[in-house]
Amino acid sequence: MSAALILLVGVLYAGGTYLLLQRTLTRMILGLVFYGHGINVLLLLSGGRAGKPPIVDGLPGALADPLPQAMALTAIVITFGISAFLLAVAYRSWTITGDDVAEDDVEDRRIARSVSDVYHGEIDKLSRLESLEELRDTDDAVRATVAPPTDGGTP
Amino acid sequence: MNLVLPLLVVLPIFGAGLSMALWRSVPLQQIVGVAVLAASVALSVAMTVHVAAHGAVAVHIGGWAAPVGITLVADLFASLLLTVSLVTVLGVFVYAVGQPRADKGAYYFHALYLVLTAGVSGAFLTGDLFNLFVAFEIMLSASYVLITLGGRAEQVRAGMTYIVINLLASTLLVTTIGLIYAATGSVNMADVAVRFADVPDGMQMALGALLLVTFGIKAAIFPLFFWLPDSYPTAPVAVTAVFAGLLTKIGVYAIIRTQTLLFPDGGGATIVLVAAALTMVFGVLGAMAQDDMKRILSFHIISQIGYMLFGLGLYTVSGIAAAIFFVIHQIPVKTAMFLVNGLVETVTGTAALHSLGGLLRRSPFIAAMFLAGALSLAGIPPLSGFFGKIALIEAGFAREAWVVTGISIAVSVLTLFSMTKIWSAVFWGEPAEEPPLASARGTGPLRAPALMNVATMALVAVTVAVAIFAQPLWELSVRASEQLLDAGPSYIDVVLSR
Repeated sequence: MSAALILLVGVLYAGGTYLLLQRTLTRMILGLVFYGHGINVLLLLSGGRAGKPPIVDGLPGALADPLPQAMALTAIVITFGISAFLLAVAYRSWTITGDDVAEDDVEDRRIARSVSDVYHGEIDKLSRLESLEELRDTDDAVRATVAPPTDGGTP
Repeated sequence: MNLVLPLLVVLPIFGAGLSMALWRSVPLQQIVGVAVLAASVALSVAMTVHVAAHGAVAVHIGGWAAPVGITLVADLFASLLLTVSLVTVLGVFVYAVGQPRADKGAYYFHALYLVLTAGVSGAFLTGDLFNLFVAFEIMLSASYVLITLGGRAEQVRAGMTYIVINLLASTLLVTTIGLIYAATGSVNMADVAVRFADVPDGMQMALGALLLVTFGIKAAIFPLFFWLPDSYPTAPVAVTAVFAGLLTKIGVYAIIRTQTLLFPDGGGATIVLVAAALTMVFGVLGAMAQDDMKRILSFHIISQIGYMLFGLGLYTVSGIAAAIFFVIHQIPVKTAMFLVNGLVETVTGTAALHSLGGLLRRSPFIAAMFLAGALSLAGIPPLSGFFGKIALIEAGFAREAWVVTGISIAVSVLTLFSMTKIWSAVFWGEPAEEPPLASARGTGPLRAPALMNVATMALVAVTVAVAIFAQPLWELSVRASEQLLDAGPSYIDVVLSR
């Protein structure tokens, strides 16, 4: 019985990871919900085998551990609240962009593009080289493009 | 003291509730906020004085002794960092009060800010892993809303990244806590530390690694830092400033706390040192490629996190003491730098280096504030960063960790390079493009609202004070570090009252 639950935790985590790696916001949220369920089962499992009685006054012998249940309850409340907020943010993102896709960082893309532009320019020039003299001149020109101008801005 | 520790958590939450009830009146909310935060600062100072004089204090909520009940613990490490954090939180709040109305966005800023404060206090004071998770969630839930407050397109985009990555970290944290409970039968940190010796070696390593990764995401260490420079710069200025100053440092706090408690003999030290070196290098290299003041500073947060880990990775009393001192120096200085960035944005409407220039003549005050912060960040004597770095480097040499120490010195030089890049672009020369704000064109003097200036100056003053009182603060850091390492059991003794 416990093995089935352990397997369930694994499946929930695997599914959550798969969904989280998608670029669609709703799938990412579903992935996080999967994680939430996986956690709850894991927390319950951490309290030992099921089937023991709850704490009742004066009952001797082994009792069920109440702490994992309390922790799972807290985790459920937190997952619930955050999921609701995430859905609201995803909805907001949809109203703004009309799309349900996680977008790239604009600034990162800009820097990456400017670097690759310089790189491709360099490759182009190298392929057109004829003499060593020209190589030195081009090198200087490339260095001037690569070095960031002190007043900012990109080539 | 039995009252002070819970009050530090409860008071901000109570203030948040009051703020929400007063949502119609922003001035009343501001009064409530300042009062609550000032009271918290006073309480934390009192707590630190008490802890420094009489040793660590543990409070068992509801009278249930640990490990059954919920425990709040204040040792020197926690109370020092909490005090510095709360002073910074108060400074940023005053700054936010002084901001022009349009920047403040929604009416819920004050309440959320206080909830965030409660989470910060809770994270520093809790003696229980599960409550550490809860405190993190309180803090992060507030931060999720704060980072998307206003709901602009770029905020929603960056906010989504921030929320998802932090939720993933939280998921890992609860998973780890579940596994630790399964392995040791306790979530009380002191109790776990006692029982941890009986856990098989492989399991110990797995749990330690999970904790390191979890808190590593929150602290933005290499290779888990990529979310930070993406998400922080889009939030409103006051929000970015308090995030920059505090949130990652709480991750560092959690790393130091759990690693020293669970591995008193330095089990994961090598991994921490390697991560520290890479964090320093990648943070500073990332900063050099940027063209936006906020983004440069965001990458420097990462680089400086590396220094703190470096101190921990040495696993000596002086190493960890240097790490603690470095955190104490970083919290106010990093926040102050972001506040200066906010001042620049307020007067010119942009933080992009290519549309800034000549601010030295037009606003010498902002230039002076930036200079003090930047030199401190780069570690130029006699400012606070110098003492932090010299302590780290000395500790590194004493431990004969030549490579990492060398890297830390090189990174320090590159930090200075980034700061001079900002300085020459923003404060010298002429803007390449017109700044977006019409009032910022021309060459006339530029002035930010007085209260914002005062708040920034206060935080810069705090960093200067850290430098002036470097000796007593260093002695306190050494004592805190001794409590963490040599006398590690004393924390455990206080919590388990044995």
